[in-house]
Amino acid sequence: MLDDIDRRLLRLMQSDPTSGVPELARVVGLTPARVGRRLDRLREDQVLRGTQARINWPALGYAVAVSLRITLDKTVSNAFDEFISAARDVPEVIEIQTFLGRVDVRLSLIAKDMPDYQRIYRARILTLPHIADIEALMTVATVKSDESLPL
Amino acid sequence: MTLDDLDRALLRALVANADQSTTQLGAKLGLSQPATWRRIKRLEEAGVIAGRQLILNAEKVGFGVTVFLGVKLATKGRVSLEDFERAIGAIPEVQTVDHVLGLYDYRLRVVARDLADFERVLRRRIMTMPGVGDVEANVLLSEERRPGPI
Repeated sequence: MLDDIDRRLLRLMQSDPTSGVPELARVVGLTPARVGRRLDRLREDQVLRGTQARINWPALGYAVAVSLRITLDKTVSNAFDEFISAARDVPEVIEIQTFLGRVDVRLSLIAKDMPDYQRIYRARILTLPHIADIEALMTVATVKSDESLPL
Repeated sequence: MTLDDLDRALLRALVANADQSTTQLGAKLGLSQPATWRRIKRLEEAGVIAGRQLILNAEKVGFGVTVFLGVKLATKGRVSLEDFERAIGAIPEVQTVDHVLGLYDYRLRVVARDLADFERVLRRRIMTMPGVGDVEANVLLSEERRPGPI
C-alpha cells in the first residue's frame, strides 16, 4: 500500500521525471537514503515502471495523426489475436488498444501527409484480417497529453 | 530533422527506457559518453524528444479503470471551444484531450478508481459541462505502445 509520502514522491516525479533523489529528499523532508529505499520498494512492487522518452512525431515530419476505431468480425474465434499481431507489423501504428464497448480495437496511426495516410490506409490497414467496420477520427489538435494520474 | 541510424537506435533505446545514463546508452551503441550526450541534446533541441514521462502502474496506485470517451458538442457555435477545452483539461481524471474530426469532436482519456468512480466523474464533471452532447464510452481492456517508424 502507498502512504502519503509515497504518493507525494510519485506526484513530484510525475511532474518532473528528471528530478533526482537528493532533490526529492529535500522537498519531502527525508534523507536521500530513505527516499532511495522508498523508490527501490516502489520499483520492486512494480508501481514504478521507469521513464520513457516521448517522441514528438510532427518534428520528424509525421504531420497526420488518425485514430482508427475498429469493429472486428467476432464470428471468427481468434479474430482479436490475429488482427493485433498483424497490426504490430505496421510501423506507423503507434498504439494498439482493446476495449469493452461499441469499439473493439483502436489503432493510433501516424503518417507524413494525407497521400501517405491514404497509402498506408489502403495498403496496410484495410488488408488487416477480420475487420467488420472502421471509423476514422483525425486529430486536429492535441489539447492535453501529459497522461499524469491524479495521485 | 532527418535522423541517421545512430539517432534512430538512440531514440528506440530512450523510448524503451529513459532511465539509462548516457554512459550506458553510449556503450550499447558504440558511442562515447560525450557523443551520446550531444546527440540527445540535439534531438531535444530539435523537439524530436518532447520530454520524459514517468511510467506508473495505474492499477497499483488505485486507478483500476481507464475509459476513452468520444464527445460530441451539442451546440456548436454557441460554446467557445477554448472555454470547453480549458474546462475539460482542468479535470484531474481527464488525462488526454484531442480535438478530432469525424464522428466526435473530442476524444478524452479518463482514469477512475473503479466504474462507480468513473460514473461520478462522467455525471458530475463531464456531462454537466456546457455544450456536451452525445458521449460514447469505451472501457480500456489492454494497451500496447509501439516504437513507431524509427
